[in-house]
Amino acid sequence: MPVTITIPAPLRQFANGQSQIVVEAKTAGEALDLLTTNHSALRRHLFNDQNALRNFVNVYLNDEDIRHASGPDTPVKDGDTIMIVPSIAGGAVIESEVGQSLPELSNEEILRYSRHLIMPEVGMQGQRRLKAASVLMIGTGGLGAPVGMYLAAAGVGRIGIVDFDVVEESNLQRQIIHGTKDLGRRKIESARDRLRDINPHIEIETHETRLTSHNAMRLFRNYDIIVDGTDNFPTRYLVNDACVLSGKPNVYGSIFRFEGQASVFWAEKGACYRCLYPEPPPPGLVPSCAEGGVLGVLPGIVGAIQANETIKIILGAEDLLINRLLLFDAWPMKFREFKLRKDPKCPVCGEQATIKELIDYEEFCGVAAHQTPQPDSKLEEISATELNARRLRGDKIQIVDVREPHEFEIARIPGTKLIPLGHVVSRMNEIDPEVETIVHCKGGVRSAKAIEALKRAGFSGRLINLKGGITAWSDDVDPRVAKY
Amino acid sequence: MIQVAEKQLEEIRAHGVKDYPYECCGLLLGRYRAEGKVVTETYPISNAREESAKRNRFLIQPEELMRGEKYARSRDLEVVGFYHSHPDSPARPSQYDLEHAWPTYSYIIVSTGEGHAGDLFSWEQESDRSKFNSEEIRVIRG
Repeated sequence: MPVTITIPAPLRQFANGQSQIVVEAKTAGEALDLLTTNHSALRRHLFNDQNALRNFVNVYLNDEDIRHASGPDTPVKDGDTIMIVPSIAGGAVIESEVGQSLPELSNEEILRYSRHLIMPEVGMQGQRRLKAASVLMIGTGGLGAPVGMYLAAAGVGRIGIVDFDVVEESNLQRQIIHGTKDLGRRKIESARDRLRDINPHIEIETHETRLTSHNAMRLFRNYDIIVDGTDNFPTRYLVNDACVLSGKPNVYGSIFRFEGQASVFWAEKGACYRCLYPEPPPPGLVPSCAEGGVLGVLPGIVGAIQANETIKIILGAEDLLINRLLLFDAWPMKFREFKLRKDPKCPVCGEQATIKELIDYEEFCGVAAHQTPQPDSKLEEISATELNARRLRGDKIQIVDVREPHEFEIARIPGTKLIPLGHVVSRMNEIDPEVETIVHCKGGVRSAKAIEALKRAGFSGRLINLKGGITAWSDDVDPRVAKY
Repeated sequence: MIQVAEKQLEEIRAHGVKDYPYECCGLLLGRYRAEGKVVTETYPISNAREESAKRNRFLIQPEELMRGEKYARSRDLEVVGFYHSHPDSPARPSQYDLEHAWPTYSYIIVSTGEGHAGDLFSWEQESDRSKFNSEEIRVIRG
């Protein structure tokens, strides 16, 4: 049957400029097939790679949409006319997509991500966005472990990892990206192997370095999103400032004991970390996880929230944790949320920002001064080996352990008296001022504080700090004493 | 290249501002000439489905386009392209727009905010569908 196909004006250039073409066909589908066989340049504008009519292309047979009839099988009769009419799209624009086409998914990938693909919020488009995305993780510790594993599993196309540590026994209680077989290995290698095992379709880039003011901008440049999995204030401020200066979102998480925090700091859209915490806490005030402990599952929960927000950013989702600080307490099992506001006076993201380039963050957080003993302080110190020698010689000394009782349960130096730091002043009378006193803790920091407190309280005896605490004792004197 | 009179550009901006915070859309009617397209009229399309259509949807249904084409033919004109607004977003096409476009047509996008219109650019799809190219708008004065 001869049917007339009207060619839409913009496509006439692909049909030798003709506005109408007559073909002999039995069905609408056959007519279109013939048309695009004779004029092959037309085909890609009407059909997709799967040979299906593109979803915005509508075919009308005598003013009726063939989708409402029998689709391509709709029969045609002599003298029928076929019109091809587009629907016109509009939609939210993602700036980074302009001029770029998203990578295609292989059949293997389509199968792997099928649970994503069937949700309209992700779909093929979203999964291709994930594939096109790049994320830099700072640290492969407690938070970095779930972040990396879930982002890899989700198909984030390029994941960078920054770490300089090696895997230690005490990491394995929470850093599930590393295993017992990895003890002593470099964390970036162990993490890379685990992520590759989870998903061989993605790229993993390792950066074995400490993140510093010198390398941060260079590292951040190559990634879309930065995920902060650090455990200390200098690096947290560094990550924040470098994200603000490079215009990248900073997916933040932090953990301590049973409590976690998460937020998305994205200066273009809301508050940054400095809007929330303009100044770091005084050094030593907030203990680290090494000092205060952390429930192993806590970074799993907080890190999973970070991974979730990262994926939402990539998918262009709304309702991100922007201007919201999520607080989680695992012990009573409670989530709370605080509204954040961008601080117009913020020194890094405010209207009159004073920080235009990265600074010395150790100095900013007072850490450098804190870690090196001040020259004028009169803190007397003794090494573990010396202390052992003195004990073996039979010197008259007493040893006070200022750790907590549960730490004392884990490991102790024989013949010591336990007075936790918080009680050391009130129980001062239990320490004999006539005898030389060695004070120790886990690593030497709390014992130095105890000595300072005792001196201020007027303790008259001689106080000596055990350098490196019970950890040094285990390393240098008696390996049977457990390290923790 | 597309030639548009100042008056039509103003109509597009005004339509975008009126429909803010929703997207507006319409047809560009005119003629295909050897040296490019000439727009002589805009044909606004009512936007009655804001809420259901916030994400990834079609702004102009084929029936509306056919009505517009019919009107254009009655004036001896053709549909040479489309315009729509991007509320609070740059006046650039998205990947979604790219996958749902044809070459030759002009796609004018205007960025809108509360009470004002921002950038206005025209885009044309590369003939192999790979990307959008920015298209020169030649403004006809008067």
